Amino acid sequence: MSNLIKHNGIAADPWTLVSLPAPAEDTVRKQAGKVVIFKVTGEPAATQEQLQTAVIPATGNVIVPLTLWQARKDELASRAARGEIGIWLESYELLEHLLASVSDINSLPVIGINFPRFADGRGFSLAVQLRTRHHYRHELRAIGDVLRDQLYFMKRCGFDAFSLRADRSTEDALASLRDFSEPYQGSVDNPLPVWRRYPRVGHHALAHSKTEPTHDDEVD
Amino acid sequence: MYIYDDIDQRLIDERVAQYRDQTRRYLAGELTDDEYRPLRLQNGLYIQRHAPMLRIAVPYGLMNSRQLHKLADITRRYDKGYGHFSTRQNLQLNWPKLEDVPDILAELATVQMHAIQTSGSCIRAITTDQFAGIAPDEIIDPRPMIEILRQWSSFHPEFAGLPRKFKLAVSGSKQDRALVQAHDIGLEFYLDAASRLAIRVWVGGGLGRTPILGTVIREHLEWQHALTYCEAILRIYNLYGRRDNAYKARIKILVKALGAEEFARQVEAEWALHKDGPSTITQNEYDRVASFFTTNRHSTLTDQDASFEAAKIAEPSFAAWARRNVHGHKIPGYRAVTFSLKPTGIAPGDASSAQLDAMAELAERYSFGELRVSHEQNVILADVKLSDLHAVWQAACQHGLATPNIGLLTDIICCPGGDFCSLANAKSIPIATAIQKKFDDLDYLHDIGDIELNISGCMNSCGHHHVGHIGVLGVDKDGSEWYQITVGGQQGSNANIGKVIGPSFAAEEVPEVVAKLIETYIAERTAEEHFIDTFGRIGIAPFKNQVYAKEVA
Repeated sequence: MSNLIKHNGIAADPWTLVSLPAPAEDTVRKQAGKVVIFKVTGEPAATQEQLQTAVIPATGNVIVPLTLWQARKDELASRAARGEIGIWLESYELLEHLLASVSDINSLPVIGINFPRFADGRGFSLAVQLRTRHHYRHELRAIGDVLRDQLYFMKRCGFDAFSLRADRSTEDALASLRDFSEPYQGSVDNPLPVWRRYPRVGHHALAHSKTEPTHDDEVD
Repeated sequence: MYIYDDIDQRLIDERVAQYRDQTRRYLAGELTDDEYRPLRLQNGLYIQRHAPMLRIAVPYGLMNSRQLHKLADITRRYDKGYGHFSTRQNLQLNWPKLEDVPDILAELATVQMHAIQTSGSCIRAITTDQFAGIAPDEIIDPRPMIEILRQWSSFHPEFAGLPRKFKLAVSGSKQDRALVQAHDIGLEFYLDAASRLAIRVWVGGGLGRTPILGTVIREHLEWQHALTYCEAILRIYNLYGRRDNAYKARIKILVKALGAEEFARQVEAEWALHKDGPSTITQNEYDRVASFFTTNRHSTLTDQDASFEAAKIAEPSFAAWARRNVHGHKIPGYRAVTFSLKPTGIAPGDASSAQLDAMAELAERYSFGELRVSHEQNVILADVKLSDLHAVWQAACQHGLATPNIGLLTDIICCPGGDFCSLANAKSIPIATAIQKKFDDLDYLHDIGDIELNISGCMNSCGHHHVGHIGVLGVDKDGSEWYQITVGGQQGSNANIGKVIGPSFAAEEVPEVVAKLIETYIAERTAEEHFIDTFGRIGIAPFKNQVYAKEVA
């Protein structure tokens, strides 16, 4: 059965996710503290060897890592034109690099954002920026360590598809999309904060419906 | 104070249900320890040395009698008959059972309380001045803005997995009592040249392993933009803050790495895209929230009361208490009263179930049914009439809440330390007790005067040792407990990080070290100087020399 939740239901998945092969062990050691993609966060960059040996299925719809797309764009260009190529980002990658690699962000039928660990929340901000700053309209998919307890937040940040971790039940997870009925703050799914959604009442109205502490000479 | 409407209530009820299900799945083995950890942490539940510790939110330290009675009830039924007020202005239970926590939360929800985001890598409970709304030097009551920020930050979907914890403080007074410079974001209200309300935005302060005071990244922010501006700061931090090393993951490290100017530039660029968007605070919403804090309930009184003056003359111990535990109020005829949770021999900030009930009753009777928790770990009645002070004192005496030591050496800020906390390197409560015992002469304490002594059991600095005039930090050296002493730390508008005086000490040496620091001050001070003033004038050397002087045979 599919482990994809899309548009608030369980859906068949027409896409194959492509990952880079693991780096050779000596490369990891050599890289420690040296080759980093972004100085402040300190994640390692993909090696040429990983990029060249990655296997991309010859046919069908595939979602490829951003680095692979950048390195092997010529090979993938005609398939991209047919709408067969989606791109996924690591949580530490920069949206600027994605934007620079495509002529129009909305030419991508799907963008994936990887959650390497459940607690790594960078993907939430990447989703918000894709939806609000860059006006991305198509499928935005959460991949990686995706568990039901984040789905509600992911949905609010603009994700509309969730590749649930393989060992988890999609049925159970669906319920989590409705954990809260009326959130306080605005986000991508509804930019209005609660006070712009509903007329909320102030002290006078509420104080009269509840029992408040009294004071012998309280005049309020 | 703020009262929940149906929307607020439904959210916390739904939270109880959500957390109950998460706990059920954990106990059924469907969630691993690693998966459950961030979920329970964002609900204030730590696994500690002896038992889980549950941190219950007291938003901006304000609660009502009904809530405090409920907390007393919970400490009796689910804990060992006491609670601990922490430096985050909240209440911690030291002995709840993990499987009872959903029931405790359900109880709390009946009095509009919760434990949402009191720990974990998210936006934490927002803190402020314990005298908010009553302080004579107040420019604006910060509580309406904090309530707006509280709602905005609760379950904020984008910031549910930050690199590390994120603390905000808001100050609305001339003298900062909210430690805005020691928070990830500090919002300082002031009136601009046009007499309009503006916010100075501090970023990147924090204590912990690398104590740094914040930097102002925006001098003038119109209050309407508080949410969109904070959102821009948090977005930059969420994307670029370090996640490879928990000790370097706070926003202060990012601000230092980029430089405050570059950080501010990135925030401004992000903010420009969302400024004036739907999260811009409307006057209408501000006024609605403010209406909960501006109730016109004080009587018209003169600022003098003959019975109060007479009682002070008749009873010197009442006078001593009034001098230390009674504070100014902006409304004539009213005063704030601090119940000291720092009697000698009790862990600083601890209160028994009976004391919790007693304070709730006194609030009901004398202070509009409201109480505040200070980050100095005491409890305050904010609106007591001058003519009621004597009665409040008598009742406080009966319940062991009237130690006249507020702001004195024995009013120690202290984390739970190695007795309870699994992070701690060393015990802190026994150190506090030993110092309190060494300084048991009340006259001497009053003579020493205003001084702040803060103790943390480890680098995480829950006891704010960096900003204590005297700071004590527990460190681990080859498996045994040692204590490093700092001098000259300061909170407030002239915030300062204390300086280490030299090699650390064994536990039993600490009270004597404190005594030598005090002797140095007494010997060097001028008539009007407090400890921190003398330190500022003469520097660290005389203190150091006195402490490390070889005994002369």
